Amino acid sequence: MTDKKTLFIEGTEAEFTDEANLLEVIKKAGFNVPTFCYRPDLTSFGACRMCVVEVEYPNGRKMINSSCTMPPEAGIKVSLNTEKIRKIRKTVLELLLANHKRECLTCDKSGKCELQKYAAEYGIEDIRFPKLKEEEYEPVDTFNPSLVRDPSKCILCGACVRACSEFQGHSVLGFENRGSKTKVQPMNGRYLSQVDCVFCGQCQAVCPTGAITLKYDIDRVWDLIHNPEKKVVLQIAPSVRIALGEEFNLEAGDNTIGKIYAAARRLGFNLVFDTNFSADLTITEEANELVERLTKGGVLPMFTSCCPAWVRYMETQHPDMLQHLSSCKSPQGMLSPVIKEFLPKYYEGYKKEDIAVVSVMPCTAKKYEAIREQLYGQTDIVLTTKEFAKMIKSAGIDFKKLKDEKADSPFGLYSGAGTIFGASGGVAEAAVRTAYYYVTGEELKDIDIKPLRGVDSSSRTKDAVIDIKGKKVKVRVVSTLKEAEKSIQEIKTGKADFHILEVMACPGGCVNGGGQPISCDDSKIKERRAEGLYKEDTQLEYRKSHKNPDIIKLYNECLGGKPGSHEAHKLLHTSYSDKFTGSYKDIK
Amino acid sequence: MITIDIKDEQKKAEEQLKKQGLRVLVCAGTGCSANGSLKVIEKFKELGADVAKLTAYDKVTVVPTGCHGFCEQGVLVVIPDKHITYVKVKPEDVEEIYKSHIINNKPVERLLYTDPKTNEHVHKNEDINFYAKQTRTALENCGHINAESIDEAIAVHGYEALANIIKENNPDAVIKEILDSGLRGRGGAGFPTGLKWKFTAANRGGKSYVVCNGDEGDPGAFMDRSVMEGDPHKLLEGMAIAAFAIGADEGYIYVRAEYPLAIKRLRKAISDAEERNYLGKNILGSEFSFTLHIKEGAGAFVCGEESALIASIEGERGMPRPKPPFPANKGLFQRPTLINNVETLANVPVIMRKGAKWFSSMGTETSKGTKTFALTGEVNNTGLIEVPMGTTLREIIFDIGGGIRKGKKFKAVQIGGPSGGCLTEQHLDLQMDYESLTKAGAMVGSGGLVVMAEDTCMVEVARFFMNFTKNESCGKCVPCREGTKNMLKILEKIVAGKGEMKDLDVLEELANTVKDGSLCGLGKTAPNPVLSTLKYFRDEYIAHIKDKKCPAGVCSAMKTIVINEAKCKGCTKCARNCPVGAIEGTVKNPHKIDQSKCIKCEACLNNCPFKAIELK
Repeated sequence: MTDKKTLFIEGTEAEFTDEANLLEVIKKAGFNVPTFCYRPDLTSFGACRMCVVEVEYPNGRKMINSSCTMPPEAGIKVSLNTEKIRKIRKTVLELLLANHKRECLTCDKSGKCELQKYAAEYGIEDIRFPKLKEEEYEPVDTFNPSLVRDPSKCILCGACVRACSEFQGHSVLGFENRGSKTKVQPMNGRYLSQVDCVFCGQCQAVCPTGAITLKYDIDRVWDLIHNPEKKVVLQIAPSVRIALGEEFNLEAGDNTIGKIYAAARRLGFNLVFDTNFSADLTITEEANELVERLTKGGVLPMFTSCCPAWVRYMETQHPDMLQHLSSCKSPQGMLSPVIKEFLPKYYEGYKKEDIAVVSVMPCTAKKYEAIREQLYGQTDIVLTTKEFAKMIKSAGIDFKKLKDEKADSPFGLYSGAGTIFGASGGVAEAAVRTAYYYVTGEELKDIDIKPLRGVDSSSRTKDAVIDIKGKKVKVRVVSTLKEAEKSIQEIKTGKADFHILEVMACPGGCVNGGGQPISCDDSKIKERRAEGLYKEDTQLEYRKSHKNPDIIKLYNECLGGKPGSHEAHKLLHTSYSDKFTGSYKDIK
Repeated sequence: MITIDIKDEQKKAEEQLKKQGLRVLVCAGTGCSANGSLKVIEKFKELGADVAKLTAYDKVTVVPTGCHGFCEQGVLVVIPDKHITYVKVKPEDVEEIYKSHIINNKPVERLLYTDPKTNEHVHKNEDINFYAKQTRTALENCGHINAESIDEAIAVHGYEALANIIKENNPDAVIKEILDSGLRGRGGAGFPTGLKWKFTAANRGGKSYVVCNGDEGDPGAFMDRSVMEGDPHKLLEGMAIAAFAIGADEGYIYVRAEYPLAIKRLRKAISDAEERNYLGKNILGSEFSFTLHIKEGAGAFVCGEESALIASIEGERGMPRPKPPFPANKGLFQRPTLINNVETLANVPVIMRKGAKWFSSMGTETSKGTKTFALTGEVNNTGLIEVPMGTTLREIIFDIGGGIRKGKKFKAVQIGGPSGGCLTEQHLDLQMDYESLTKAGAMVGSGGLVVMAEDTCMVEVARFFMNFTKNESCGKCVPCREGTKNMLKILEKIVAGKGEMKDLDVLEELANTVKDGSLCGLGKTAPNPVLSTLKYFRDEYIAHIKDKKCPAGVCSAMKTIVINEAKCKGCTKCARNCPVGAIEGTVKNPHKIDQSKCIKCEACLNNCPFKAIELK
């Protein structure tokens, strides 16, 4: 039981219990306090000074302080809009705008930029300070497949720096120099591609301005669609269906997959498949690999390999441990070659060389995965959820009014195990459901593995023990690379006690991926998205990957009859390479 | 079980002192070292070898001390037995001092301090006005002992207070004594020290730290350096007392790397104190342990801010962290931490020895004890001083400081470094304490006192300090990072003669916003020089803007140098001296300055034999 206490906001009594800071109490009381640097899932920084409020203590002492860093105290009186406070906020906006590359019309963030929004709300009309000139603009970093960094739009709120350090423990981005010369950048001003960035895109997801944005591939997709020689095929990842609707004023967690299939056809894609199908395929292969490692004395613990940011992290930071990674490709990585290889079998007029595969992913790192040397040319273009929403909008499609449609065969049917892939713990849960069957020949009865669920910040490391007929299989699930690193250190120091390690680099998993609609001001959104996935799991006819009839059919008709076959290995498995370039972690 | 009796140790140390014979104290602080004091010491040692044959003394011991404070007059040599202070001593003077005074007992008159008012030679330290009006607590031993000898420190009561409190074993009584003394933080804000100790002590039980803030960054301030260089054991003792009081067993001294001598002496002091068991495990045989580390800072001004300093010790970028939580609850490595500055901690052993009553008998109602100031600028006697709180500016500038140089008129004094403000003639009789200075728009700060005469441009002073804070801002919060930059731009515009009246409104508004809105103390105080000069010298700003004139004649953009044709004899000297070839003319004919080329360096002005070149 937490005690309820009260304080006063603009004269109105407001209750609070265990809110982390005053800003949360103010928000709960129905007020909006502007901020650039405060992100509920990151530590409070207090740098932008937009959330300043005036606080009067019961003893009469008054002070101005940032509400994001102040603990709520009983009996204090909080004023949100005094003359001094409004002056501070307006001056901060004016100072930031003066030092900003103001090309809002062509900025990707236009309409979603917090600086633009507050400048409009506070009526900043005149900038009295010398303005940043074109010749002072800094070079834009476009030299990686996932992200674009434009330092002249950076307001130094440090959200990206904290995201990189607190989520990924990686600190690819940091502050350099002092005073007005301060910059946020990779070490010594290098490009992201020159450092060990894993392209998770969380920096972009928390950026209030257009300083870090997605790399757009929309036009390349239109070029494919407009090319009459190409058969353009789409695949849609699990987490897209419960987040895309947010871009069209639907609730987070609303499952819009039927509308997404319909929209894809309106956009001109020839066929629409579902990555959930290949998630089932991944599980049959991965569960098989796990059982083999468990029974034949392979390297344990086995690491999942669906998350490309995680794979890159392993390749750059721990190349000596690559044998722990499952050799299974990710669902995106599996479906594209399957489509190109086998689609001509099922569809007349489709030739392998004419097929182009486009995927819609919640993830910025998937763009990087598609150009990995081992996978190059299989997935032609990767779009993020946000890009796909833009495509739908620019095509003039009224998304909300679309009637639900179904995916195309034979790669469209999926099980509940495939759909929960999008949430942290989902891959492990799906694998256990199938591994149990492989070991025992019997079906697991209680298939909801609750200890592995949860995507909030307190559930970044989860453990479960599954009793497979006397054999205890220990499952560890982590999200964020910072947590993953802890498990790796456990292995290195011989303290690890688990057989399988599921890693998703984004906090909470793909539901909260870097390519998803912006949700950094509300940490509950990812929870609602995850709920949407687990809800669909319960509604589907099949809930285990190995029961998916189209998977069984694919094995029988194309993949040598069973998981782990020679054909399956050729098409569905991959290898990893040492990409170590030196890291602070290895300096002894 | 306490195994070491401090009284015995003191007796032993005093006997050691007696064996030194004639003690010659030579300042070996950073200032005097730069002036050649090490060579002076060398020379004294060289000549002292066969002294026993010639005098009543067994031997002469040359003692390299910490800073005496009177840096203006360095190298300083004090011979206590002979009641004499020599100033501006050069290595070549040593032989004369030796032969004339040490052997023949005849003082060397030419090396004595001359009072600027009476023009008379002064023999004794205590008769020199600079020293006579001071009361030294934190600096009591600086200049009087060999800073590198733990015996000399013990002989002057070093570690006595620590030994006593360990014996009494009542940490709360220590905190009460500090509370009662009224000691307040000497680093800037003046928070009551005892209260800080009490808050930190409330978290006793787990790991806590004592941190000493030795990141002295105000331009011109060097009191902390002087304590660390001149009496390091006093600081260590103060920290150990604090650690005992709050229940800490580990501490850090954060010193900027630009203080190599302080670091060297502190390291030696720590290792000596550990050897004698005044630091380390089971101090003096008791249960109390205290380990000290030195952390060298890279010299960022902002690391003097306590939360940035803590971040820096942790190995993070030196950026302030929002408060609360305060260090007393969550400080270094997230543990309760007591952080005090050097001067504050140096007062502690004296208070514990002489009592809270003695300390609080000095000073004003709200500010007790003494405060050190680094007196610089246009005064005759610059240096480091320590006076009771409540001393007036007039006493400091005109009595201790000996008045303004070259008979110029006093104009203003900048107090508290870049975070402080400028005060004027109307404040000369203000009793200086934390409250009165803040009320007047300045602050005690670390105690920098820059005295300015009539020929100082106050707009330029504001620009100078703003340039400092702009460069030293950590870049974290918007008001400080962007605000100081834009304030500087406006000030630069005004001193360049391009200011407009509306700039003053923007400047003032921006200054107030930076003050109200910044995250840490650096930003909150950075506008003080601007606000105080705008308050007291607004007319000078207006003169720069409206009349395009710098009343003090400092701002070069507003100067015009012209040749008075009537006086010019055409000697061509000015044309030859001009570094940019801006002066034209033929021999024996009046010359002319091409204003588009002139860089206003005044080389011509200073060299004209006929005073034909004038500044307008």
